[in-house]
Amino acid sequence: MRSKECVAMLLAGGKGNRLGALTSKLAKPAVYFGGKYRLIDFTLSNCTNSGIDTVGVLTQYHPLALNSYIGVGKPWDLEREEGGVTILPPYIKQDGGDWYKGTADSIYQNIDFIEQYDPKYVLVISGDHIYKMNYELMLNAHIQKNAEATVAAISVGWKDASRFGIIDTNDENKMISFFEKPKNPRSNLASMGIYIFNWGILKKLLISDAKDQRSSHDFGKDIIPKMLENGNDLYAYSFEGYWRDVGTVESLWETHMDLLKKNSAFDLNERGWKVYSRNLNQPSQYISSKAIVRNSLVNEGCTVFGEVENSVLSYGVHIEEGSNVKDSVIMPNVKIGKNVKINRAIIGEGTIIHDHNVVGNLEDITLIGHREIVT
Amino acid sequence: MKNVMGIINLVNETDQLEELTYNRCIASTPFGGRYRLIDFILSSLVNSGVQKVCMFTQEKYRSLMDHLGSGREWDLDRKQNGLTVLPPLFDDPDESKKGDLYYFYCHRDYFFRCNEEYVILSKSHMVCNIDFKPILQFHKEKEAQITVLYKEDKEELYSLTRQIKVNADQKVSSMQGYHTKQQSDPFSMEMLLMRKELFLDLVETSIAKGWKDFITDAVIKNLDLLSVYGYKYSGYLGIINTVQSYYKNSMDLLNASLFNQLFHQSHSIYTKTKDEAPAAYKSSASVLNSLVTNGCIIKGTVENSILFRGIEVGEGARLKNCIIMPNSVIQQNVNLENAILDKHVIVNMDQEIIGDPKMPFVAEKQKVI
Repeated sequence: MRSKECVAMLLAGGKGNRLGALTSKLAKPAVYFGGKYRLIDFTLSNCTNSGIDTVGVLTQYHPLALNSYIGVGKPWDLEREEGGVTILPPYIKQDGGDWYKGTADSIYQNIDFIEQYDPKYVLVISGDHIYKMNYELMLNAHIQKNAEATVAAISVGWKDASRFGIIDTNDENKMISFFEKPKNPRSNLASMGIYIFNWGILKKLLISDAKDQRSSHDFGKDIIPKMLENGNDLYAYSFEGYWRDVGTVESLWETHMDLLKKNSAFDLNERGWKVYSRNLNQPSQYISSKAIVRNSLVNEGCTVFGEVENSVLSYGVHIEEGSNVKDSVIMPNVKIGKNVKINRAIIGEGTIIHDHNVVGNLEDITLIGHREIVT
Repeated sequence: MKNVMGIINLVNETDQLEELTYNRCIASTPFGGRYRLIDFILSSLVNSGVQKVCMFTQEKYRSLMDHLGSGREWDLDRKQNGLTVLPPLFDDPDESKKGDLYYFYCHRDYFFRCNEEYVILSKSHMVCNIDFKPILQFHKEKEAQITVLYKEDKEELYSLTRQIKVNADQKVSSMQGYHTKQQSDPFSMEMLLMRKELFLDLVETSIAKGWKDFITDAVIKNLDLLSVYGYKYSGYLGIINTVQSYYKNSMDLLNASLFNQLFHQSHSIYTKTKDEAPAAYKSSASVLNSLVTNGCIIKGTVENSILFRGIEVGEGARLKNCIIMPNSVIQQNVNLENAILDKHVIVNMDQEIIGDPKMPFVAEKQKVI
């Protein structure tokens, strides 16, 4: 097999507790987003658009929907003779086996996968972020700086800084310190959880980290601090585009609302940077003569007889006459009856809402899970 | 249906679609927001359980090849069976003017290698979602040699069809040798089911007689010798071979019950999918009784219209009774009524075009207005 310059390892085993009912039976990267996508589409599309053609997807929690969604990777052009997408669940070895105990441990357990491509660099990314990023530019910066590891970083508001891993750098972007969720942050440059490592160095670190009983086997908590301690050359790579970690119901809702803003910072229609996804064969959406659809994103297969305002409808959504959907996110195949009012809500896949119901309120975001029936 | 193969015959298809088929064949004409006409027969065959389909192409088939690719979207990209395109196989360009019999004859080797017992022969200009299983059953029950699908329509069709007469015992007594506009007569759907052996036999003997066309010559001239039965189809059908019929059948899709009949009631219609974002309705958008496809960005008013994928409708623009094919741009304050715009058409600001409701304005591909 030809060697690859860079292999991507995509972390997709997360449980996503804070997404409540949406992830009760679904891995977080498989959660629907933007009317047509699943969260993982954004990262996989970034790989394709950045020219990375070898991606290992680390799955663990409720992988059924995620595995069948990824399949052989055809929708992202990752169905390749050499490389392409490979799903990597935990497995049993001769001397027993274990679940992935942390992000670093999941890569450690798949050293053999990476070794077969003999890469110079390994890119570590997450399957639950909404952003468009050219990893090739980050890799170029990594090579140019002669770095041993590079961490992508974004400026966040000072008040949010204590929620992130915070990086302090010198004038040349070299990392001086890194603190995971600090109480008194020294900078507002937050780690995006995107790393490039020189594989030779990372491999050694992973092997010694695996033996360390006290380690939590996490990149942010263990590997990066260890590298700083060892005096490795770590650099930050500043990213200035749109980036969101949709870890909570509120942030999932807010990120959807961002898509609907006038001159939204995140353009799904950008030519030259398409977001790929598995396309279902659904007919064009039908908007009836009594319907009103304003400031919304609507996918194919929808039939709308009611009013939709400032909302995102995924495929196969049916909205009957007299109903009003406002500031809401409706996931696939939801059926909404007559004279229903929905406000500031996220409605899970396949849920049926019968006539005359009122869902949602003005204070917080109401979440209805998958395949529920609201009578 | 494993022992049935599909033959889609694009040779000498009646074509009066004018501007819409200057650069493409009927089979690859966009229809219904995101499909091409070929999708309907192809999906019907696949949904009926047919696993092998071959297609005889004649001319202007580049866009068709691009659309079909490996046949993956119809699940016809297979090691066993799947989709085979059989392009013209001639030494002399004049031979391309010969009838479909000659095309079949040239590729007879292909059929010798097929193990299927029956063939379904069809054209590409019928918009339908047919299950062929009951038709095979009918064919066997009647011990027919050929079963022809036909339909009766009380409405004016605007399309060109072949008249057919069927007796009380469902035997076909006569078929018209040509296509005409007609009203309220039963007409042939140009879909035939027969044994593969009979098909090949008819091709060979007809060629020997110097005949040209399979239906007009091989079937109609042998009507007395063969037992030909008619199967009456009662589902949704649109026949597209004139501009008027294209327009009428497209507009019919805005009738929610017809739309459901075609797309939502039985199996899906498959097509080549594209990676477009969901359609974006901006705050100034007003869309009524219309079909909209992904990738559209709508700021203006759209009424009784069909928008294919990737269309921009500018602020203040007004579309009524229009069909807009992929990637066309309607700029601000344009007023468009009763029009069909082909792909990549740009209508500049403040233009007004009002076509006749019976005979819509048609803009060919890549035109700038």
